[in-house]
This record gives sequence, structure tokens and C-alpha cells, in this order.
Amino acid sequence: MAPIARLLLLALLSTALTISSGSGDGYTINGRVKIPQGLGTKGFALPGKTSNVKVILNGGQIVTYLRPDGYFSFQNIPAGTHLIEVAAIGYFFSPVRVDVSARNPGKVQAALTENRRGLSELVLEPLRDEQYYEIREPFSIMSVVKSPMGLMVGFMLVVVFLMPKLVENMDPEEMRRAQEEMRNQGVPSLASLLPGGGRN
Amino acid sequence: MAIMSFIFVFFFLSSLQPILSLYEDQVGLMDWHQQYIGKVKQAVFHTHKTGRKRVVASTEQNIIATLDLRRGEIFWRHVLGPNDVVDGIDIALGKYVITLSSGGSILRAWNLPDGQMVWESSLHGPKHSKSLLITTNLIIEKDNVLIVFSNGRLNAVSCIDGEVLWKRDFEEESLEVQQVIQPAGSGFIYVVGFAASSQFEMYKINAKNGELLKHESTVFSGRFSGEVSLVSSETVVALDSTGSILLTISFHNGKISSQQTPVSNLLEDSPGLAVIIHSSITGIFAIKTDAATIFIRVIGEGKLEVVEKTNHETVVSDALSISEGQQAFALVQHAGSNIHLTVKPAHNWDSNLLKERIKMDQQRGFVHKVFINNYIRTDRSHGFRALIVMEDHSLLLLQQGAIVWSREDGLASIIDVTTSELPVEKAGVSVAKVELNLFEWLKGHVLKLKGTLMLATPEDIAAIQYMRLKSSEKSKMTRDHNGFRKLLIALTRAGKLFALHTGDGRIVWSNLLQSLHKSESCRQPIGLNLYQWQVPHHHALDENPSVLVVGRCGPSSDALGVLSLVDSYTGKEFSSLCLVHSVAQVIPLPYTDSTEQRLHLLIDADKHAHLYPKTPEAIDIFQSEFSNVYWYSVDDDNGIIKGYALKTKCSGIVADEFCFDSRELWSIVLPSESEKIITTATRKLNEAVHTQAKLIADQEVMYKYISSNLLFVATVAPKASGEIGSVTPEESWLVVYLIDTVTGRVLHRMTHHGSQGPVQAVLSENWVVYHYFNLRAHRYEMSVIEIYDQSRADNKDVWKLVVGNHNLTSPVSSYSRAEVITKSQSYFFTHSLKAIAVTLTVKGITSKQLLIGTIGDQVLALDKRFLDPRRSVNPTQAEREEGIIPLTDSLPIIPQSYITHSLRVEGLQSIITVAAKLESTTLVFAHGLDLFFTHYAPSRTYDSLTEDFSYALLLITIVALVAAIFVTWILSQRKELQDRWR
Repeated sequence: MAPIARLLLLALLSTALTISSGSGDGYTINGRVKIPQGLGTKGFALPGKTSNVKVILNGGQIVTYLRPDGYFSFQNIPAGTHLIEVAAIGYFFSPVRVDVSARNPGKVQAALTENRRGLSELVLEPLRDEQYYEIREPFSIMSVVKSPMGLMVGFMLVVVFLMPKLVENMDPEEMRRAQEEMRNQGVPSLASLLPGGGRN
Repeated sequence: MAIMSFIFVFFFLSSLQPILSLYEDQVGLMDWHQQYIGKVKQAVFHTHKTGRKRVVASTEQNIIATLDLRRGEIFWRHVLGPNDVVDGIDIALGKYVITLSSGGSILRAWNLPDGQMVWESSLHGPKHSKSLLITTNLIIEKDNVLIVFSNGRLNAVSCIDGEVLWKRDFEEESLEVQQVIQPAGSGFIYVVGFAASSQFEMYKINAKNGELLKHESTVFSGRFSGEVSLVSSETVVALDSTGSILLTISFHNGKISSQQTPVSNLLEDSPGLAVIIHSSITGIFAIKTDAATIFIRVIGEGKLEVVEKTNHETVVSDALSISEGQQAFALVQHAGSNIHLTVKPAHNWDSNLLKERIKMDQQRGFVHKVFINNYIRTDRSHGFRALIVMEDHSLLLLQQGAIVWSREDGLASIIDVTTSELPVEKAGVSVAKVELNLFEWLKGHVLKLKGTLMLATPEDIAAIQYMRLKSSEKSKMTRDHNGFRKLLIALTRAGKLFALHTGDGRIVWSNLLQSLHKSESCRQPIGLNLYQWQVPHHHALDENPSVLVVGRCGPSSDALGVLSLVDSYTGKEFSSLCLVHSVAQVIPLPYTDSTEQRLHLLIDADKHAHLYPKTPEAIDIFQSEFSNVYWYSVDDDNGIIKGYALKTKCSGIVADEFCFDSRELWSIVLPSESEKIITTATRKLNEAVHTQAKLIADQEVMYKYISSNLLFVATVAPKASGEIGSVTPEESWLVVYLIDTVTGRVLHRMTHHGSQGPVQAVLSENWVVYHYFNLRAHRYEMSVIEIYDQSRADNKDVWKLVVGNHNLTSPVSSYSRAEVITKSQSYFFTHSLKAIAVTLTVKGITSKQLLIGTIGDQVLALDKRFLDPRRSVNPTQAEREEGIIPLTDSLPIIPQSYITHSLRVEGLQSIITVAAKLESTTLVFAHGLDLFFTHYAPSRTYDSLTEDFSYALLLITIVALVAAIFVTWILSQRKELQDRWR
């Protein structure tokens, strides 16, 4: 069996043959998982080692692992439509629909189910890499301003600097009238509220 | 005013942010993760080379792992598929781990240091047979060779690339190959076995090319049974099928000669049926009878001699060759709370290479397996270390009379989990030994502030991280204000109960339950479920809470039941009883007695109901609620769902006032030729629903149909119950039902054509979400069904409410035949599912999220709003305000919402959610081979400050404000003074 497998591997390298009739009752699906370099190495201590990448047929019926060159194979698969999923931490792989045809063995029928893209050969690449953590925003003035405390301070500043401006723009006549009214009502000023402020 | 509204808008926006994930430095703060490998089946040591010493193990959970021999940590681990059972492992060339699995049809080589698969080859053969893996020193054309016998074929496989060098079939129908022997240093292989169970067959094969050199066979009068034991490279010992005659067969130089010895000749008393223990020690084999383990030595030409007879539970290891021509093996015996480890040389029974007595925790049970390894001490004598597998599946390394490390691998096979509250903190008793002083506290917060402002140096960051992770607050042994600290009580397949602290995952206590222990009356006990038996909070505060463990004596559902009550604080089993009836179903009733013991109804296989606890008080309480007890049963095989109620007291011969007869109320019979039940789901008993009303756009109200008697059933076409890809879309369908279990009324039925299982479903409040495979699109789908009560829908008129002309206070009853309407929608989902659960909060106010265990063993949180049947492609403005998301054909997978972040919960089986006391938070425990626990807030922690809230910033702000007030006051006074002078 192994020489056959080796032949298959060679065939796979030279052509795009992915499915072949093996000995016995089933077929063999050969494929490759390719994780491009540079993806998924953005600082966090992940990039899933290829030794931990699992290739899963039909939701857990058969689980296999990758060879160092990324190749995998499923043996003794009956004809029909199958689903291959790749589980790799740090990468998002689309499941792949693979048709194993009994009539013309060797025919490739594979398609990504996520975007319905057909594959001419069974080379599975991650659609994107997955970032599981939030990135801490570097310190910025905006984040402080946006925080509740920042807003509080901002509000105070507005009151302190903008309110007098508003008061200045008022008509002096009206202003005097308002001040008089205030005095009559006895609205306490800030100074009178504070200890020792009640002397006047 | 504008500012105020701005602030409100801002808060509103920030609360709507969907990001619920964590920062990388928050890992380990709320969560913990533990990795296990399961019960070890076979272990191989790798200690020859300098460098890290390892042990390679295969387990019953189909795992291959290498462990650090020094501390027991996992270097790497691979979980094979569920049908990929490991038959044998070995180390070849000192750098590859070879595994034979899947009934001997897959041979793989893994790189020893990092676990990378090197090659894989598949071995097929003419028929099913025993699988044997032998590593040899043979070299064919510069390739080191492995000899594999599997599926009736002998293969020689190259170690380098897995290529089959030669193969030879053994096709005779009746031949059962028992052993394949490759005598060291010789160029041939013996294949021995039985044909037609009475004929001994021996094949001698050239190891270089697989050529058959010799074939001999002898017929015996009796029949063979079971295993053979190899006592030398050319002699085997077998037992006949009556278990009373030992056959010593030697095939020296291809000549078969044999000797029969009745077992009774060796032992005075009749030993009963004997079996051979698998071992491979030169000159010695062991047989086991009911009472004893007997070691027998083979002397010369088939003469046998009993060397020792032990009555204790004895375990023997395989032989280990320690030097040229010398073999040693280990024996482990129990003596009270100690175990005795003895290492003996194979040629001399009476001498010991090592004899040690090790104190062993009683909670680990008996030793099941022992593996030994030797090392050379500094004085050039032999030292031995032994790896032992205990009854509770734990793994221990013994060396120099002590336990070097232990692993609780029983936790890899959890059957059921429940939780228990911790004791209340007593006044005046400070549990934390060192309370931090104010200065330290402030210093910590200043450090934190530096961290948030990104001003911290690497040392500072390390100090912050250490401070956060080490927080003694989370691992205290008392109840906390937020309800985060609890005990997780887990029942494992070995019959051991573990209590884990939610703070850091440590084992608080463990107990190997005596009631789930093999005994005369209970031969094959298995644990089934855990229930909260007593949760004291009002009346019986001084009592400890306890859990009920339900078990069964044997795998069939009519085996007798076992009950056990365990104290949750101490782990002591304070009561256990063997029942006289079987346990088919356990129903925790919503009633408790004066000591807060919950009433439980146990339904046996004959549909009698038995009430526990068996006290007069319980029966009084139960009598008053007698007519309100309903239950249902699901018969998967025949497709029948039945509902029951209680009838009368049992009319048995023995008067038992705690036993009740049941009457069948209704039954639903599904057509067995078109529907097969594959999944059922019900609501969690302890789920709280905050409100029945749901406000929708335009101030309309919809009333959720909330019933605790709702049952979700999924059936598929019998043809489509197999794997994906085995049927065409035309001949498969999935039918889902929503059934009221009191009346048997089918509230909703829906068919998904061209779909098939497996179905994972979760039912909560008034909705059910299920996951299945759509064969037409060849993608997984998730559907949601929401069910609303239409009979209350006319209550939206405010005037009616004011006048009191409404039916809202009318009792909810299953018999009222409420008018229900259902809404449903389906979406694509990328992954296969292993488990699904929903978040659970204490009052049910917080919005729900689904927790999805994906095929990659991660847990994904998905907002329920994505599974809302009212989603449409273009929601109106009012609907948008309500929070309805525009419809998309597939559900989004946001990597940041994986609550397991970059970890995997290998072999994920189930996800358990427990409500914390804090309304916003739910505790999530996912288990499989690994354990993972975390706190999760579906709508963020809106009711408490987050952990990274900066108290220091708050303090500084307050100080600054006070200072500013005083400064302005002084300034204003000065100004006033100046004004007066003017």
C-alpha cells in the first residue's frame, strides 16, 4: 500500500490529481494544507504549529494530521460527497466540499463552501488569520478625553471658559437686570457656600 | 444640555459595542485551562539519550502524548479520531514514535521532540485480526524495519518513510494469530496462532524477504482460549477453554513439542476458572483466578513450578532488559494504605532488585497497570522508576520510594458536572492571611495606572501581571459577593468525584466513591448523573450542601440503581444505598423538605416512580403535589414519545409507600420508516426568565410562550442517520417538533428537506436553536424557532390594563391550549459543532448569547440577536433602533468572540453555564479531555467596575478637583477683596 501512496504523492506533485481508487473498497483523498508565511505572525505568540493542524473529514468521522510538507490523505473513503474541515489555531479555513465520483475515479471536484469557489487541486489555504485578542490601544489623549473622567473635566472647562463668554455677549442692560434679580432672590454665590465665605 | 445629551449618547454607543473579548494580558485572570490525556493504556520510556527524559503514552481516549518524565507535563499530544483506537505504540530509531491504530490499518510515525507527523501509511489485509506492532533491530537495505501484523497480513515496514518492504498474507479462514516473535539477532520471524481453536500453527518466515521457511502444526484434544504468554522466544504457554489445563508449547528449531499440565496439579485447592495475564517475561508467566494471582516458572522441558501465589490485587509489568541477557520486571501489590513495588530479575524469583513501600492515597483505588524503566545510579547499580496507572485513571511516577509526580487524568472523562456554593465567610474570621496595607494597595494601583497609560517599563508590566494572576481574592475558600467562587463537582467515568475551585481550578477534594466500586452485588457499576441534593440557604444554614450521585450496576437500563450522597464541602460519602429497582430517569422535583433536601423522583424501567428521600415528611409534601407531577419518556429506537402522570401507590407484594404506579397520558408514535429520533432538548430547570413580554417596534408587545414543559425533538430519515456524504439530498430530511410534555400537544412541526444530522440543539426561554447539515448547499445551517403566545396578544391596550380587563394574571397552564405562533429563520454556519449551550444569568435580564463548541475544540460566543427570526434584509428605522441586525445568509464568526481565545479544549464534550450572583456574568465550564473555565459577560459587566478600572485615576481626579476648588476659592476671595478696595 505504501508504494502506492508514494506513487500517489508523486502524482500529486506532478499533476493535480487528488482522488484515486485505492486498494480495497474505497478511494483515497489526497490534499495539502498550505499556510502562507507571514500570515498570523503579528506579534502574538501563536502561529499554530503545523504539527497541531488537524484535518477532519465529515465532522469528525476521520481525523488526520499533516506531514511536514503539508500533505494529508484519507484512505478508504466511499464514493459520495464529503466535507473536509481544517482545524488550526490562528487561522480561519473554509470547509471544503469534495466529490468522490465512482464513475470516473481521479476526477477532481472540490469547492470551498464559504465562497463557493471551485478548487482545481486540493490545496487548502486559510481565508484569513484569526486574532483572538484585542490590541491594546497605545496611550492617546483622545482615550483620556473620551473616558468618563475626561468628559467630566471637559464639561467643567466648558463651564469655566465658555460661560463667562456667553455672559459677556449679553446686553449690559439685561445683565444688570439679571444681576439685580439674582441679588433679590439671594442666590448664593460660590464664595458664600464655602466655609468662611459667608462674611460678606 | 447638549453636553449632557452627548454624554448619554456616548455611553449608549459604548454599551452597544459588540466587542466582548479580552486583551492578551488578561489571559489567566478569569479563566483557567487544564490538559489531560486520559487513562494510559501503554507507555514507552525514552531515557537513553542525554537531554530531556520523556515517556510516550497511548490512552483509552485515543491520545498519543509525550510527557516530561521529571514533572509529568505534556510536551505534545495528539488526539486521534473517535474510531482511531491505538493498538500499539513504540519508539523507533530513538527519534520516532510509531503508532498502530484503527484496528491495525494506520501506521504513523511522529517526531519525538515536537510531535510532527513524519509519515503515515495505511495497511490493509484480507481479514480482520489481532494487531501487533514489533520494533526490531533488523536492517533491510539500510532501512530499519518494523514488523506489523494486522488484518491477517504480516508487513515489514521501513522506519524511515513508512514504505512496506514486503508483506505476507495469512488467509486461512480459521487462523487466529496470537504472537509474532522476532528472536533478537536472528534473521527470521515466528508467527504462531491457533487454527480452528484446537490446532496450533507455527510459521517460520525469513525476515529479509517474507519467504515462508517452515510451517508446522499440531492438533490438540482440547480447545484453546484467550491469550498466550510468551515465556521464551521459542516457547509459549496457553490455557485450554475450560481454564484448567496449561499447555506449554515449544517450537524449537521448527519442531513443535508440547506438554499438558492440569492447573490442579500445581495448586492444592481448586482455583476455579483461570486466565493468563498478559506478560512477556522470560521463564515466568502468571495466571489469575478468582481468588489469587499465581506466578509459575517454566523449568526446562515444559516443567512448571509455582513460585508465588498472592492473594492481594497484584499487577505485573512487562519485562525490561537491563543488561546483556538480563531481564527485570516489576510487581505491585497492595497492603493497606501502602503499595509495595518490587522489581525482580526474571531468572531468579527469590532475589529482589528493588523493594519499596510507598504510601498511597486511598482515593486512588487499586493499581491497574505498571510500566518500569531503569537508570544507572552513580555507583553503577541499577535504579528503577515505575509509572503506575491507578483505578481512578490517575498516572503516577514512583522513584526511590516516593511519588515524583502525579496526574489526575480521570478528569479527562467527566460524565456530569454540578456546582456547589462555598461556605459563608464568618464574621471576625479573616480568611486572607495577609491583608494588604493602604500603601501597598495604592502602589499597586499606581502601577496599574502606569500600565494603562503605557508608561510602564517591562519590569513594571511583569509586576502588574504577577499581581493580577496571584490575586488571593479569587481562590479563597469562602462565598464571594459576586458569586464567582464556587465548587465545580465533577463525576468521572472511573467513579471518582472531584471538587474543583472555580477560582484557579485546583482540586479541593476528591473521592473514589465506594458505592460505584466493584462489589459482589454490583459487578459493573457506572456513574450516571449528579444532582444537587441539598442546597441550604434559608432554614438549614448550618448544614453542608450535598450532591446526589446516581449510578447503575451494569450497562443495560434495567440494571439495579445505586445512590450515593456526598457532602460538597468535605467530599465525604455520608450515605449510600443499593436500590432494589432500576433507574431509567431521575426527576428533581421543585419541592424541598424542612432541611432543604430536594425531593427526587426516580423512574424505573417498569415505569414505577420512587420518591427520595424516604421520609414521612417528604411523602407529606409529595402527596399535596401528587396531581401536578408529569413526566415523559423518549424511546429512540422505536420512535415513541410518551407522557405519564402518577396513579396510585404501588400494588406490589411488598408494601412500599414511596413507590407509585404511573399511568400513560399520551403518546406520539413517529413512523419508523420515515423518521428516527436523533436529538431531544429541553429547557434548563433553573433558568430564570425576566419578562414574558417582548417590546417590538411601534410599541407593540409580543408575549413569549414560556413553558417549562417544552420539548424539542429532531428526527431524520432513517437512511440519513449515518455520516455526511452517505445519502443524496432527495432521500434525506430533518423534521423538528416542539411538544408540550404535559398534554402531548405538538405545538410546532417543521421539515427541512435535504438536510441531515447530527443535530445539536439548545432550548431556552421561548426559542430553540439547532444546528444541522444542509446537503443541498453542502453547508452547515443553524435555525431558530421562536414561539409566542397569541392568546395574550390582545392585552396591549393600556385602557384594558388600567380597568383590569385583561387575562395576564390568569394562571399559565398547559391545559389552556394557548394559541401559539412561531417564527423561524435559518442561516449558514461554517463549522461542525460538538456542543452548544446558552449563557445563563441569575435573573435572566442580560441578553443571551449562544456558546458554540466548534469542531476545532474552541468555544465561540454568538449573540442571540444574530439568530432572530425577525431579521430582514432591510430593517425599518424602528427595527434598527430595536437592535435588529440586517439579514445575512451566514452567521458571522468574529475571532475575538472565541471565549477560549487561543486555547483548545481538546475532545470538547459539553459546555456548562452557571449563573453568578452578578446579573451580568455567567460562569462557563467546558469539558472534554481538557477543562476550561471562564467568566463571561454577554453584555459586558455593566453592573460592576471592570477589573482594569483605574482607582488611582479616580483618586487623582478627585484630589485635583478639590485642589482646584480651593485655588479658585482663594482666587475669588482675593478678587473680591480687590473689588472692595477699589
